[in-house]
Amino acid sequence: MLEIKNVYKTFNPGTVNEKQALRGISLTLEDGDFVTVIGGNGAGKSTMLNAVAGVWPVDEGQIIIDGVDVTKLSEHKRAAYLGRVFQDPMNGTAATMGIEENLALAYRRGQHRTLRPGIRRKEREEYRELLKILGLGLEDRLTSKVGLLSGGQRQALTLLMATLKKPKLLLLDEHTAALDPKTAAKVLETTETIVNRDHLTTLMITHNMRDAIAHGNRLIMMMEGKIILDIRGEEKKKLTVEDLLHQFEVVSGEQFASDKAILG
Amino acid sequence: MESLFAALPGAVAQGLIWGIMAIGVYITYRILDVADLTVDGTMCTGGAVCIMMLLNGYNVWVALIAATAAGMLAGLATGLFHTFMGIPAILAGILTQLSLYSVNLKIMGKANQAINVDQCDLLVSLRFIKLSTTIERAGNAVKGFFSNTIVIVALITVIVIFILYWFFGTELGCSLRATGCNGNMARAQGINTNMNKVLGLMISNGLVGLSSALLAQYQGFADVQMGRGAIVIGLAAVIIGEAVFGRIFHNFGFRLLGVVFGSILYYLVLQIVIWRGIDTDLLKLLSALVVAIFLAVPYWKGKYFSKPVKRGGNQ
Repeated sequence: MLEIKNVYKTFNPGTVNEKQALRGISLTLEDGDFVTVIGGNGAGKSTMLNAVAGVWPVDEGQIIIDGVDVTKLSEHKRAAYLGRVFQDPMNGTAATMGIEENLALAYRRGQHRTLRPGIRRKEREEYRELLKILGLGLEDRLTSKVGLLSGGQRQALTLLMATLKKPKLLLLDEHTAALDPKTAAKVLETTETIVNRDHLTTLMITHNMRDAIAHGNRLIMMMEGKIILDIRGEEKKKLTVEDLLHQFEVVSGEQFASDKAILG
Repeated sequence: MESLFAALPGAVAQGLIWGIMAIGVYITYRILDVADLTVDGTMCTGGAVCIMMLLNGYNVWVALIAATAAGMLAGLATGLFHTFMGIPAILAGILTQLSLYSVNLKIMGKANQAINVDQCDLLVSLRFIKLSTTIERAGNAVKGFFSNTIVIVALITVIVIFILYWFFGTELGCSLRATGCNGNMARAQGINTNMNKVLGLMISNGLVGLSSALLAQYQGFADVQMGRGAIVIGLAAVIIGEAVFGRIFHNFGFRLLGVVFGSILYYLVLQIVIWRGIDTDLLKLLSALVVAIFLAVPYWKGKYFSKPVKRGGNQ
């Protein structure tokens, strides 16, 4: 469903702030894979997601979604294939527009926007039903401005918007990191429900190892712009936090050793 | 006092005409979240195009449409500077504004072009603002409600608001609002934000061109300086409209109407200030200061009058 082939990305090349964010990363996701991504600050997790989403062009490599090479496509054109939820709850919705208007915008993702009405009556019923899944009472507040909602409500709404038109790939960039633990658990639960219901191929970044282990069928760990661990299937099911920490030490230790060797 | 009352219909007519311009400013400043300085140039371009076409014998409606189109072209230029060439929006507007100064001079051939209301069939004019008098229109005596400048401009304004109300409710219009509100979100939902910015700037400057064309007819001339400070007047109208009518007007169409009322209020206040005998050289300074203070109010509110946040929260 998704193929990342040998992608490189360097920010601010040639300056003191030069940062090699992705160093020849490759990753293949099968249809229906739910992959959790962990790694320290600056490991390149968000950069990888942004490379897939096309926020900026990559320096090298290819990105293929469902057999279509999207490497050269602009962000808004790629959006037809993607559902995205950002870390900042303010980022995924339009605050000055109503709940139903936001949903209507998402409903038309990948379509040419015409001079037909921005929202139709029968859509409203559909939205009402879908909002009930969130269990936040938003179904009775269709015309409320999104700016009036809490961070958790906005994030849940963004999740619904990202999956309203079934995406080929769902990209979740630490989408529960800015929420309090209770709300985060609720949003994560909703994520699980929707991903399972629609059998969505998903890439979820999280800073929480427990969440990374509890969700999905595959876990990858990133460091310095590369994937250093890839655990799937039965092995993933049996994984514990201690295992993961141990594995991290082993892998990063080796990395450290090899760095040292190069430096001589 | 009598002189003040005599001047009021004129102030209302001017306020209405500038109100259409202020709607254009509202679209960029409030919906697209861009302060577009192109309008200082466009506020002359529309009038220049309109007057030159009337002098060359074109129908007044054709001239108005051409003026609107000229305004849209100016908006297109700013939009391309901003999106295609990556120039910050304010600077893009300033560049277009400056280049329009030359363009306006070339359109008119000189700095000022007058038109005679007795020779051309004008839609609006200073002379057509009193209801009781018989109006001489291109040599023919026309008397009636629908020849009155205030009535005609009010009708045009209502039509403009209706069209915009419809447009911003369409799929395309909604995507334009999303573009101004949250570009990241808009792109993630597959919206071409660059195209929408250009479109918004074109619509806005088209309205400014129309307003300019009406103003030039109203005052009987187009002048290369007539747009100077237009952005400030537009912002003043937007701010006054929101401050005075914001609490009662929630619907988008009514908000636009509020902006027009704001513009009328601005001109009425201006007229009173002039009547009180203030040095008219100071008017632009006063306008700028008033706008600056109004723009500062929300900032000061947030900084000095915000309610204390409960301790123990996440933030």
